[in-house]
Amino acid sequence: MNERNNKLEVEEKPAMRKIDVSSVLRQASTPEDEMASCLEVENLNLFYSRTKQALIDISLTIPKQCVTAFIGPSGCGKSSLLRCFNRMNDLVDDCVIEGKIILDGLDIYEKSIDVADLRRRVGMVFQKPNPFPKSIYENVAYGLRIQGINSKRVLDEVVERSLRSAALWDEVKDRLHDSALGMSGGQQQRLVIARTIAVEPEVLLLDEPASALDPISTLKIEELINDLKEDYTIVIVTHNMQQAARVSDFTAFMYMGNMVEFNTTDTIFTNPAEKQTEDYITGRYG
Amino acid sequence: MKSSAKNHGHHISQQFNAELEDVKNSMLEMGGIIEKRLGDAVTSVVESDSGLAARIIDEDDVIDTMEVQIDEECNLIIARRQPAASDLRMVLGIIKAVRDLERIGDETSKIARMAIKLSEEGEFPGGFVEFKRLGEQVSKMVNMSLDCFARYDAEAAIEVAQYDATVDNEYGSAMRSMITYMMEDPRSITRVLNVLWALRALERVGDHAKNICEHVIYVVKGMDVRHKNLDRVAEKINTES
Repeated sequence: MNERNNKLEVEEKPAMRKIDVSSVLRQASTPEDEMASCLEVENLNLFYSRTKQALIDISLTIPKQCVTAFIGPSGCGKSSLLRCFNRMNDLVDDCVIEGKIILDGLDIYEKSIDVADLRRRVGMVFQKPNPFPKSIYENVAYGLRIQGINSKRVLDEVVERSLRSAALWDEVKDRLHDSALGMSGGQQQRLVIARTIAVEPEVLLLDEPASALDPISTLKIEELINDLKEDYTIVIVTHNMQQAARVSDFTAFMYMGNMVEFNTTDTIFTNPAEKQTEDYITGRYG
Repeated sequence: MKSSAKNHGHHISQQFNAELEDVKNSMLEMGGIIEKRLGDAVTSVVESDSGLAARIIDEDDVIDTMEVQIDEECNLIIARRQPAASDLRMVLGIIKAVRDLERIGDETSKIARMAIKLSEEGEFPGGFVEFKRLGEQVSKMVNMSLDCFARYDAEAAIEVAQYDATVDNEYGSAMRSMITYMMEDPRSITRVLNVLWALRALERVGDHAKNICEHVIYVVKGMDVRHKNLDRVAEKINTES
């Protein structure tokens, strides 16, 4: 379902509110005709074992070229949900997933889906920067090389463009062939983002991308997220609520595997509908 | 839905609980002083007590100091705690309410100044009854608006805010009487004008009390009702609760 209509409605669930598209547009500053859904989650259930259900009947729509943040206490299922978007949970034994996740009209859990291609379209960045033990250049070029692209001209161009997009070019342009492991944590994380966007994904999944970084590097990553949303749909999991408030257009609050509330970030942080959301973001006993 | 708006304790951080509670109490304490001063100002006019009026003017500094102090406390909470949702609305509500309270303080000093002038000029030129009645109504409004803030009572706040229309009508009719006095006896114009200024100050106090009620509705319900039709707001609040 790739709707381009005036009303973006959250799946029917009494607790959830309709989203007023005009306010969404104001925040996202995206032209109205570009406002469309990117990922649709329909009645998603995830079990890590027969007795342990991590996600309970999740339904939500992730808008295109916006930043959507998942917040909630540890173990609430936000990372599990994020990992569903590029089928990272396939790697977990005994993990059972029911329901649908639709990316641009295609159910990503269809048998015919090529998972490697899906993971190219839906890139992921983790909490701890994980550059390969190679040069900066080779890290960024890696995705293209495994696609069989070896033309130096193409690689040079993509490496420069990706590093520029990740706001790293000016810092590393003179040492592209030095080891990536010699970079600072913040630079490594931006390098990982550059590596992810080099293969031109549609969606960027960020799993606490700044939690291991100092405040300045964190702000650089946040600034980068803001720049990148012009080209990519970004989904971010964060424990830092102020970070969610700063970077995201939409926020989903999850608690014990349930999607408690999904709305524009402005609403969630000023006037949430649910008491549980309010208690969590204001730091009260749950 | 907004039970947490009524419950500013229960944060995991006890210190945060205490800070919010303290700043709210400071605001209510300031409100208490304002209420007392307003009552005294009305009395100073009614009883032609220039001594009382002079004291009111002298003590205006206390209010100004409290305003600055509470603003400072709110600034610190925002800087250090980054409050969200009902906590954020509460801090914003207090900042705004304190400003309205300070303005009520200024209007009160104006009334006191008029009391001194009127007592110097001798006999009350007319409008005594109107002034007394408006004074009572407006004092009641201020009292109730602070009460609503203390109890986070949005339903009562909307009623008090709606009452401002009655005060405005009362002011309009008092003004017409004053004009009649001036037409009947042009020699009394200067003195009647002093009563008019005092009446006008009372009417402004009513407006500020209404503003405070609107802040209460914002704090409790998260609805910004400024410049909105209050009858419709009342309907909405009543259907919600």
